[in-house]
Amino acid sequence: MKPLLIAISSFLLVAAAPGPDEIMDDPALEQRAMSLYDQLRCVVCQSQSIGSSDAPLAVDMRLVVRERLLAGDDDRAVLGYMQERYGDYVLMRPPLQANTLLLWGMPFIFVIGGVLLAFRYVRAQDKPGETLSKTDQAKADSLMKEEGLE
Amino acid sequence: MNRFFAFIPLIAFAGMAVYFWMGLRQDPSAIPSQLIDEPVPVFELEPIRGFDQGLSHADLEGEVVLLNFFGSWCPPCLIEHPMLMQIARSGEVPIYAIDWKDEPGAGAAWLERHGNPFVRIGDDQSGRTAIDFGVTGAPETFVIDREGRVRYRHVGVITEEVWQETLLPMVEALKRS
Repeated sequence: MKPLLIAISSFLLVAAAPGPDEIMDDPALEQRAMSLYDQLRCVVCQSQSIGSSDAPLAVDMRLVVRERLLAGDDDRAVLGYMQERYGDYVLMRPPLQANTLLLWGMPFIFVIGGVLLAFRYVRAQDKPGETLSKTDQAKADSLMKEEGLE
Repeated sequence: MNRFFAFIPLIAFAGMAVYFWMGLRQDPSAIPSQLIDEPVPVFELEPIRGFDQGLSHADLEGEVVLLNFFGSWCPPCLIEHPMLMQIARSGEVPIYAIDWKDEPGAGAAWLERHGNPFVRIGDDQSGRTAIDFGVTGAPETFVIDREGRVRYRHVGVITEEVWQETLLPMVEALKRS
């Protein structure tokens, strides 16, 4: 009886299509699937990856990732498969290309700009203080005297 | 020169205000379709329960058609439905449909209740065809030309305005060309 049960249950395991949250037998493949989940954006919820979303479409997309991996695709091919359908948008990490140059360049622009401004400021501090013209100095002296500050 | 620097925050603010204002006018959920001017993905779907004909990519070639993704679980689809019925009655363009991730029989029951504007319907229970089309939510509607190429994608409900100002002119232009 027991061998029969084992036979039946193992048959059921093999026959079942890979469920989205089912762990794959191969731990290396499972690891790759997990990492790919984090690199793909859920197109319904957008700020979440498909790994952190419970949206039905995210579940379906996880299923596709598993199927592609089982079909022997490498990570790039899996990402490419999704990119073909959903565009660059589906990648959590936008590719560096003409239309994302500003996006990637912005931090550098800010850092360089900030350094330049700081440099300017420090340089300005170094300058010797301005001296008053003679007439202004006389005016200031007389005002000070008036107030009894001298 | 120093006076100029005093205006930098104001200029920066104005620039950002314009940029954000432009952002507010865009729909952030509208991911651009990868299929524009591309042939429709290859698919072959079973009919929904109670119907004889399913739907395949080959059915969409030969004339200008609309392809609508819907589901009985999708409230906006119900809002859109009267408009689809009206388009079907007008005879301007045949509407094909893919019933996306519905329970078996649910799509058919829904059409029974609300009317069926579709020429043929494919049953996409696994949701794979929707992914091949890059669908992000229902309803979503594709305009497909005679050669079976996708020419336009509308995300969301087709309102009277969308139909009159966007889809109908496009369908007419494609039919003339």
